[in-house]
Amino acid sequence: MKFIVLLAVVILLGCWSLFIGYTEISVSDIFTMSDRQSLVMVASRIPRLAAVIIAGASMSICGVIMQQMSHNRFVSLTTAGTMDAAALGIMLSMLIFPDGGTYQRLSVSLGVTLLASAVFMTMAERIKFKNLVFVPLLGIIFGNILDSVTTFIGLQFNVVHSMASWLHGDFSSVMQGRYEIMYVSIPLLAAAYIYADRFTLMGMGKSFAVNLGMNYNTMFRLGLVIVSCVTAVIVLTVGMIPFVGLIVPNIISILYGDNLRKTLPLTALSGAAFLLVCDILGRTLMAPYEISVSVMVGIIGGAIFLYLILGRRVNAG
Amino acid sequence: MMRTENISKFYDEKAVVEGVSVDIPKGKITSFIGSNGAGKSTLLSIMSRLIKQSDGKVYLDGMPITDIEDSELAKRVSILKQSSHINIRLTVRELVSFGRFPYSGGRLTQEDEDIVSRAIGYMDLTESENKYIDTLSGGQRQRAFIAMIIAQDTDCILLDEPLNNLDMKHSVQIMKTLRRLTDELGKTVVLVIHDINFASCYSDYIAALKDGKLAGFGKVEQMIESGILKDIFGMEFDVREMNGSRICLYYT
Repeated sequence: MKFIVLLAVVILLGCWSLFIGYTEISVSDIFTMSDRQSLVMVASRIPRLAAVIIAGASMSICGVIMQQMSHNRFVSLTTAGTMDAAALGIMLSMLIFPDGGTYQRLSVSLGVTLLASAVFMTMAERIKFKNLVFVPLLGIIFGNILDSVTTFIGLQFNVVHSMASWLHGDFSSVMQGRYEIMYVSIPLLAAAYIYADRFTLMGMGKSFAVNLGMNYNTMFRLGLVIVSCVTAVIVLTVGMIPFVGLIVPNIISILYGDNLRKTLPLTALSGAAFLLVCDILGRTLMAPYEISVSVMVGIIGGAIFLYLILGRRVNAG
Repeated sequence: MMRTENISKFYDEKAVVEGVSVDIPKGKITSFIGSNGAGKSTLLSIMSRLIKQSDGKVYLDGMPITDIEDSELAKRVSILKQSSHINIRLTVRELVSFGRFPYSGGRLTQEDEDIVSRAIGYMDLTESENKYIDTLSGGQRQRAFIAMIIAQDTDCILLDEPLNNLDMKHSVQIMKTLRRLTDELGKTVVLVIHDINFASCYSDYIAALKDGKLAGFGKVEQMIESGILKDIFGMEFDVREMNGSRICLYYT
């Protein structure tokens, strides 16, 4: 039921987003589009819509997985340095393969992301002082360190500027032929859903999971791989988008609990809907100019995040 | 049933458990007692493969537990650690359903659902089965966890301080349930417990640990005795027989 409502919301928002933009296309034109209109639709609007939906859904799901792995509600792609690691990876790939294609960029970025998230998540797991705020703070520090390394290297090779514009989360550059790698996320999300029960168990702690016969370490590694792949792909194609993996899972948890088999589809759809709303607002508020999605998410998400913390709506445990 | 052979656990050079061999009697309640840091919880964790021992072996029905597959072992031995820090939002029923995970993965059959319902009923939680566990009182939450262990339906149940943070009423309730599990369902229960009088009133056997070594093992009548207790805890006990149970007075 909730699933159907959310699905309807995503579909409606999705259709709406197809008809916003500089080139006017109205619903009534849909069967009588001019060449220019159909080019815009196929080469820009539909890819953009797909990218927004995939990014929203997969960042939210990665957020859930990271929160289960670290037993901490505030750990996410942004608060564990995962996105910064992906950015560092992209920077390195630009130096290693100056004329490299998407796959070379992706593999370097994936390697760095995997390494960094393994380091951080293992650290988070071993930390004895399991304070709700301490672990994400540590993650933010970790992310900032990675970010400084990126900037330092960028300065040395004079590529800070192109990096900054690249990494700024933005869907306006999504075009046919330049975003398709994002579809890699879909099988990964399917894997997350197949193992939903195991990720729930993981959230209950190692002794719980082992008691029930689950191979904790294998699942931990699977979680790392899913999170790292998805993050690397997203940062490579649309840049860094804050907060989505943080607030969407928290809101879903407050409303519907943590039984991931039940909630993962809701989380994915809500993430997509949230990002779609931010994208649509960004494109309409100052039309024909565009406010980039990461700014919109930062504003709206930041407000929601503050409400979650200050309102103590998050179970601190 | 369960048997440990010469179990030792070292952290760096320090021995936390040293050469403990104990044979857990089948279908009985065995309590591990001892001072803080005596190695009780560590031993229990080793018995349930949560921690790897430095030396020695744990046997289940004559077979080393390391030779038994994880998913198979989860059908035969369950462990409940102190769980007060769990802050995941699941309903009681969802939590108890996870007890069936070793049998059917995440997808419960009708039979599993029936077992889950019975386990919830057994712990008297049917009315709150759709409540989130983080909204329950400590006593109810502990009962929910035990219901999960019951749904897991293992012959051997290990519990690490199941009375931690519970008031007297809930403590009695939990201990009575454990008694029923052994008497009615034939389960073997092993628990780490701090309250010597609960151990005395509800256990069949007592295993005492001191400085990581087994300081004594026997029936309650043999073990709850002032001389032995003094050795284990290093303080005076006045042991009295009341209503057929041995009660230790040590408060003054």
